[in-house]
Amino acid sequence: MAAVQDTVEQVRSIDVDQYKYGFETNIESEKAPKGLSEEVIRFISARKDEPEWMLEWRLDAYRRWLNMAEPTWARVDFPQIDFQDLYYYAAPKKFKAPKSLDEVDPEILKTYEKLGIPLREQEVLAGVEIPEGERPKIAVDAVFDSVSVATTFKEELKAAGVIFMPISEALREHPDLVRQYLGTVVPTTDNYYATLNSAVFSDGSFVYIPPGVRCPMELSTYFRINEKNTGQFERTLIIADKGAYVSYLEGCTAPMRDENQLHAAVVELVVLDDAEIKYSTVQNWYPGDAEGRGGIYNFVTKRGDCRGRNSKISWTQVETGSAITWKYPSCVLRGEGSSGEFYSIAISNGRQQVDSGTKMIHLGKNTTSRIISKGISAGRSNNTYRGLVSAHRKATGARNFTNCDSLLIGETCGAHTVPYIEAKNPSAQFEHEATTSKISEDMLFYCMQRGLSQEDAVALVVNGFVRDVLQQLPMEFAVEAQKLISISLEGSVG
Amino acid sequence: MAPLLEIRDLHAEITGGRKIINGMNLTINPGEVHAIMGPNGAGKSTLSYVLSGKPGYEVTSGEVLFRGVDLLSLSPDERAAQGMFLCFQYPLEIPGVSNMAFLHTAANSQRKQRGEPELTSPELVRKVRELGKQLGIDTDMLKRPVNVGFSGGEKKRNETLQMMLLEPFLSILDEADSGLDIDALKVVSNGVNAMRSPDRSFLVITHYQRLLDYIVPDVVHVFAAGRIVHTGGKELALELEATGYAQYQNEAA
Repeated sequence: MAAVQDTVEQVRSIDVDQYKYGFETNIESEKAPKGLSEEVIRFISARKDEPEWMLEWRLDAYRRWLNMAEPTWARVDFPQIDFQDLYYYAAPKKFKAPKSLDEVDPEILKTYEKLGIPLREQEVLAGVEIPEGERPKIAVDAVFDSVSVATTFKEELKAAGVIFMPISEALREHPDLVRQYLGTVVPTTDNYYATLNSAVFSDGSFVYIPPGVRCPMELSTYFRINEKNTGQFERTLIIADKGAYVSYLEGCTAPMRDENQLHAAVVELVVLDDAEIKYSTVQNWYPGDAEGRGGIYNFVTKRGDCRGRNSKISWTQVETGSAITWKYPSCVLRGEGSSGEFYSIAISNGRQQVDSGTKMIHLGKNTTSRIISKGISAGRSNNTYRGLVSAHRKATGARNFTNCDSLLIGETCGAHTVPYIEAKNPSAQFEHEATTSKISEDMLFYCMQRGLSQEDAVALVVNGFVRDVLQQLPMEFAVEAQKLISISLEGSVG
Repeated sequence: MAPLLEIRDLHAEITGGRKIINGMNLTINPGEVHAIMGPNGAGKSTLSYVLSGKPGYEVTSGEVLFRGVDLLSLSPDERAAQGMFLCFQYPLEIPGVSNMAFLHTAANSQRKQRGEPELTSPELVRKVRELGKQLGIDTDMLKRPVNVGFSGGEKKRNETLQMMLLEPFLSILDEADSGLDIDALKVVSNGVNAMRSPDRSFLVITHYQRLLDYIVPDVVHVFAAGRIVHTGGKELALELEATGYAQYQNEAA
C-alpha cells in the first residue's frame, strides 16, 4: 500500500517543469574525429588496446554495414540520420583506467549525485561501507560516456568467481571468454543498428557467472550520455554458465540537448543448462521537448539465447523516455524445457514514438514463454506493441501466453498492437489476449471524490494498470519505476 | 446555528445539453437527515453530481454554500476534503489498486489538504479493520482491487466503509439501496446510523420508501422536474409510497 503513497509523495517533491536530468558535466573529452571510416574504427580499437582479432571483427562488421539499409518497418518517423555527422568515440580525458574509486574524477561523482541516482548506488559509488545484511547488495558498473569509470564490489564478486567488468577490460583480461560468446546471439550481420554497434561499440558490461554460482548481489549499470553529438554504442554480454543465476539491472538518464542523439546498444545473454538470467531495465532517456525536438533515438537490439536445457531468461522493462524507441528484447528458446519471459511497461507522452515488443522463438521441445505488455499512451504520442511468437517444426509442446493491454489517455494519442504468431509444429499452444481501453473520466472522478487530486488519480489508475509488471521488478527498482511512471504522465490530463 | 449546506435557486444542465436542475432551493442544518424522493428521471442523481463537482455538468445560475464556502468554486477533491462524500449508485472498479491502498491514499490526501497529520499505515489498518468488522467486510476484500469482482452488496458495503473512514460532514447517498438484499441494506443503514451525530448530516436520495425504514429522515422532499416541489416530515415518505408521484409531477409541470 505504501507504494501508491510513495508515488504520490515523490511526484509532489519533484520539480517537473523541465527535464530533471538535463544538465551537462564539464569534463574535457578526447574524441575520435567526426564521422565513420575504417580509420575511426582503428582509432577506437587502438584506444582500447584491443587484440587484433577484435579489430578485424569490427572492420568486418563495418564493411557489412556499408551495404545494409536502415529498417523502415517500424511505426516511427524521424528525419534521416547523417551517420557521418556523429562522433563515434569520446573518453573522459582526465584519467586512465582507474584502479579504485579514489581515482574517479570528483566531477563524475557529483554527476551521479545530481542525477538522483538512488542513495544505495551513490553510497556504493562513494565507497561508503554498507553494514552486512542491511539491504540487498548491488554492484554498479558505471558507464560514463564511453568508458567505464567505476567498477565496484569487484572483490566480493571475485571471491564468488563472478566476472563483472567493462567489456573493454574483459577483452584484455578474459579474451578467450569474450571471443567464445561475443556475437553468438546477435551476429554482426543481424540488423543495421546491431551491425553498426559491432563496428564501433565503445564499452559496456561483461558478466560471467561460473557453473553453479548464484550471483551474491544484483548487478547494476547506469548508462548516461554526456558528450555532445556522441552516439552511444554500448555492448553488453552476460553469460550464465550451467546452474548459475544472476539478476542484472540497467537504468539510464541523459542530459538535455538540442541535437538528436543516437543510441544503438546491443545486449547479448547466453544461458546454459539450468541457468537463469533476469534482466531488468528502467529507461528514461531524454524524450525531447514539447514539440519532440532533441530527444534520444533509442535503437536497441537485445536478445537472449536459452542455449541449455531448462534454462531461463526474464526480461522486464519500464520504458518512459526517448523520442523514439525501437526495441525488442527477445528470447531464443533453444534448449529443451527452456523458458522466456517478457514483462514490459511502455509509456509515451508528448511526441514520443514507441515501437517495442519481443520475439519468443521456440526451437526446442517443451519450451514455454510468457509475454505481459502494458502500453500507455498520452499526449500526441504513438505507442506500438510489435511481437513475434514462433514455434519451429521441432518445437513439440511449445507454449506461449501473451497478454497485451493498452491504455489511452486523452484524444490525440495512438495505441497499436501488431502481433505475429507462427506455429509450425501442430502441438504448439499459443494464447493471445489483448485489450485497449481509455482511462475513464468516471474512474478519475471517483478517485477525486475520495480526495485525490487529478494527477494523483491518474497516477493511481496507471499504477494499477501496470501492477502485474511492476511486481516483476526487484523491489527497490520498482519504487524508482513507479516514480518515473508518474513523472512521465504529468500534465497528460487537461 | 449556521446551515451546513445551502442551495439557492440552483440551475444546472448537462454541458451543451438538457437543463436538469431548475431553480432548486435546499437548506440542510448540521445533524439533519434529509431524504429526496422522486420519480426516475427527475434529476436526483444529477443533483448529487452537481454538488460533488462531476465534470460534464454546468451550473448556469444560483449558488451553493457548504460550511460557509462557495462550493461551486472548488474542485471535486477540494469538496471531498471539505467533508462532502458521495456514496455512488454504481461504484467504479479500479483494477490493480488494492482496496486498502486506495483507502490509505484517499484518507491521507484529504488530511493533507486540510493540513492535518497523516495516518500511518498501522493506524489506518487498525481503523479499517475495525470498521470492516462492523460492516462484515473481511480482510480478503481489503486486499482485492477496489470493487473489482465485488457483488452489488459488497460494493455498497465498501462505499459505506469509505464513508465511515473519511468521516464527512455531509454524505450524499445516491440510491444506496439499489441492488441490495435486505441484509446488506441493514448493514449499510447501520453504518449510516452509527455515524449520525449533531455535526454530521445526510442527504438520502431514493425513490423507494424502503430505505427510509432503516435510515429515518428528519425531512422528506419531493423532487420533480429539477426542483423540490413539496417538503414534509418522515410520514411524507409513507404517503408517497401509497399515492405515488403523479400529483407532484403535474404540480411541477
